[in-house]
Amino acid sequence: MSTSYGAHADDHHGPEPGLLRWLFTTNHKDIGTLYLWFALIMFFVGGFLAMGIRAELFMPGLQVMDPHLFNQFTTMHALIMIFGAVMPAFVGFANWLVPMMVGAPDMALPRLNNWSFWILPFAFTLLIGTFFLPGGAPAAGWTIYPPLVLQGGANVAFMVFAIHMMGISSIMGAINIIVTILNMRAPEMTLLRMPLFVWTWLITAFLLIAAMPVLAGAVTMLLTDKFFGTSFFNAAGGGDPVMFQHVFWFFGHPEVYILILPAFGIVSQIIPTFARKPLFGYESMVYATASIAFISFIVWAHHMFTVGMPLSGELFFMYTTMLIAVPTGVKVFNWIATMWRGAMTFETPMLWAIAFVVLFTIGGFSGLMLAITPVDFQYHDTYFVVAHFHYVLVTGAIFAIIAGVYYWLPKWTGHMYNERLGKWHFWLSTVSVNVLFFPQHFLGLAGMPRRIPDYAVQFTDWNMVSSIGGFAFGLSQLLFVYILVQTIRGGERAADRVWEGAHGLEWTVASPPPYHTFEKPPRVTEAEAHG
Amino acid sequence: MHRRTPGQAMSSGIAALTALVLASPSAFAAWDLNLPVGVTPISRIVYDLHMLILWICVAIGIVVFGVMFISIMRHRKAVGAQAARFHHSTFAEIAWTVIPIVILVTMAVPATTTLIKMEDTTDADLTVKVTAYQWMWKYEYIEDGVTVYSTLAPSSRQAIYEDPTKVENYLLEVDNPIVFPVDRKVRLLLTADDVIHAWWVPELGQKKDAIPGFINEMWTLIKEPGVYRGQCAELCGKDHGFMPIVVRAASEDEYRAWVAERKMAQAEQAALAMHSWEKTELMALGEKVYVTACATCHQLDGDGIAGAFPSIRGSEVATGGLQDHLKLVMDGRAGTAMRAFGAQLSDVELAAVVTYQRNAFGNATGDVVQPAVISAARNLNTGG
Ligand code: HEC
Ligand code: HEM
Ligand SMILES: [Cu+2]
Ligand SMILES: [Cu+2]
Repeated sequence: MSTSYGAHADDHHGPEPGLLRWLFTTNHKDIGTLYLWFALIMFFVGGFLAMGIRAELFMPGLQVMDPHLFNQFTTMHALIMIFGAVMPAFVGFANWLVPMMVGAPDMALPRLNNWSFWILPFAFTLLIGTFFLPGGAPAAGWTIYPPLVLQGGANVAFMVFAIHMMGISSIMGAINIIVTILNMRAPEMTLLRMPLFVWTWLITAFLLIAAMPVLAGAVTMLLTDKFFGTSFFNAAGGGDPVMFQHVFWFFGHPEVYILILPAFGIVSQIIPTFARKPLFGYESMVYATASIAFISFIVWAHHMFTVGMPLSGELFFMYTTMLIAVPTGVKVFNWIATMWRGAMTFETPMLWAIAFVVLFTIGGFSGLMLAITPVDFQYHDTYFVVAHFHYVLVTGAIFAIIAGVYYWLPKWTGHMYNERLGKWHFWLSTVSVNVLFFPQHFLGLAGMPRRIPDYAVQFTDWNMVSSIGGFAFGLSQLLFVYILVQTIRGGERAADRVWEGAHGLEWTVASPPPYHTFEKPPRVTEAEAHG
Repeated sequence: MHRRTPGQAMSSGIAALTALVLASPSAFAAWDLNLPVGVTPISRIVYDLHMLILWICVAIGIVVFGVMFISIMRHRKAVGAQAARFHHSTFAEIAWTVIPIVILVTMAVPATTTLIKMEDTTDADLTVKVTAYQWMWKYEYIEDGVTVYSTLAPSSRQAIYEDPTKVENYLLEVDNPIVFPVDRKVRLLLTADDVIHAWWVPELGQKKDAIPGFINEMWTLIKEPGVYRGQCAELCGKDHGFMPIVVRAASEDEYRAWVAERKMAQAEQAALAMHSWEKTELMALGEKVYVTACATCHQLDGDGIAGAFPSIRGSEVATGGLQDHLKLVMDGRAGTAMRAFGAQLSDVELAAVVTYQRNAFGNATGDVVQPAVISAARNLNTGG
């Protein structure tokens, strides 16, 4: 039998049996599942490091680790959470959902898809392996500023190659998503009928293609500065250490929108479902997303107000940063207008989505405060910033991911999750995450710098509160794993249209969906598209 | 029996947690919540601006979350709400684009004027050049010719692995505080010798990065005498958390007295370099210098940290040729954390620390390095 027949036969039957299925799969659902499991594992690795950090910060003095190891923990925690947990989780969602939402049989470039995923375990083995090198893991913060980062030893090379691999994976994934969305839609799935999740991912994919190569360039210059005698960022050799920060944040700020736009998409799917009302201002949501993406490229230096820019530069970046609050506000108002005069119910996904709206907005408020340059001179590099980015990343990105998992899990597995346990998971997480991060605002305002392993005694109380919240939040996530495993193994059968108010093509196929869906393009009615 | 919902169970949990936390040792009772008002005209404006923006955010939050809360209470299926069908309102959408823009402009105006004031470093009465090192600060008073090195106080360093609550100003105390005269505009010129640091005293209302190869400017004008403490605010490696800043603001007279006293000490140092030293004297001073300047990397026991900082015990350099050892310590090694100590340490200190390294930790070279050797090496370097 020739291989082409084999491949053909594969199209019509189920997956190959055994583990090789996962290694060679080109099926978007399988790859989506792989991404999601990978993200969950990395979430726990990064979470383990966070627990170590919080244990050290529980009391003044050093009890758990020395300062050098502490710096390795914060750096690796952030790199793993951002590149290993949040980004792969969103790509997992895109793989599972984009083809089903636009009525395509699979991703446009299935083999590329397999590669995009399988690069990641190697990248993270390289990265996490640095803990076992002499001198340890990278310890200069996830922002890897020279000259400090260049004081690392061999870990610089490992980290640079790991980042290159992650970048290649992201770019290939982004290309695949763009091509799928633009070329593979069912004929009646016009652009303005696409679910908002698809829109946000389309825009995110363009951000990825624009931003990741910039990071790749920056880290390559670090590599040659470290090992090949160049002086891109070395002032003694005529280079410029601040240049690195500009290049890094030219990547870094779009990156934070890469971490949040798909979350906006997920929440925009969930709220209309449980409000039983169409999404308010669909088109303005699309335009808001696109303008956020555009503005995100002209605000980067708000991360570097203290490097000593000229006044005109500081003013420019302050104004553009404040501007980004406008489209972000539009999104929040639209979500609330969607709830207004709906007929809401509060199943677990809706609870997470509502918490997202409230807590992400709090992160937005602190972001607005940080945008005010003269006051940022006080806030910058304190725990106020740590509080800010955890409100947008944990209660923003992570909460949306969890909301999305509860929302689509019955579709993916064909089983309902345990609603009571889901609610417990929600309440435990929401309370503890605020105990964890809210006091960090106070710490920062009272003068505690970030990235320190030990602090003056007046910061003790709030650090203790924060650590207790941290341990509680960490433990609560074990419940999540329990619920996931329980649901995958069995449970009440889920209907095809799992939620009464759900609209969109993914709900027209069986739960769980057959291995191949939409081999013939489906019809798309206005009612199915927008509810 | 009525089952408790997770929500109800959680609230009693929080009550218990709060009780636990509030019962923590009162020795650290300091539930600081807010930015300090500070002691400079700028810090007060910054504080007011912070409060203004904060209250605007709170107000917006109350409106937005309030509407959402009403909706959650009233528009729920459980109370029989019927879903409306609207999904668009041009009026609302224009309103909630325009109103935020207006609010933002009202924030931007005071922010801009404040920023312009902060960046005006002209007409300073006094200039202090601040150079950051891993992990200490050097302050050079340009007009008065005083140089001060300032590093974490030994009392704090000893308490790190013991009981921090026992020392005063744990991690916020230095060996040599600096003095600024009150009511004088002090201009700070910031730079660094190795990696990027940032100079921050919250009460002075601002921080700025100290970057190798760059000179940044910042100014302050302290109104109230007192002692103000701060820390390095940019990750600068292992001891980033251990490089505090202490500024004493004093009257012009006290400031003058302090300058005179520092100058005396500097003259004494210079005199010391002239005479010949006993080995025991050098070893004693060398140990002190080693502890403050070298031990953060090479460790107190001289064993270093594998993979990051080499051991001095049995080191080829510290037991090999004296000139190579001197050169390494004075010039540092480019591209590593081993920086040049030539400019930072005096001749006596250099002589002492090199003698110490060559005779301590079992490095029994027996060499004694006199300060004169150092000044000779310096002259050689400058080609004089
Ligand atoms: C910021 C960290 C740091 C500090 C502080 C520091 N060193 Fe070093 N030192 C290093 C590093 C890193 C090396 C290795 C340089 C290399 O790779 O060649 C080194 C190497 C050395 C060596 C050579 C060791 C060998 O066997 O290769 C000597 C001698 C030395 N330092 C002396 C000193 C003295 C004396 C002081 C204090 C006045 C000091 N160092 C302070 C980081 C430091
Ligand atoms: C389990 C929940 C988490 C806890 C307890 C936690 C805790 C912490 C702590 C204590 C720091 C160190 C702050 C400092 O010293 O500067 C930190 C840094 C950071 N965290 Fe988290 N975190 C959590 C989840 C996340 C998630 C999900 C993300 C990303 C999506 C994230 C992103 C970051 C980033 C970007 C930094 C900055 C690291 C740096 O300074 O380079 N965290 N976190
Ligand atoms: Cu940003
Ligand atoms: Cu520092």
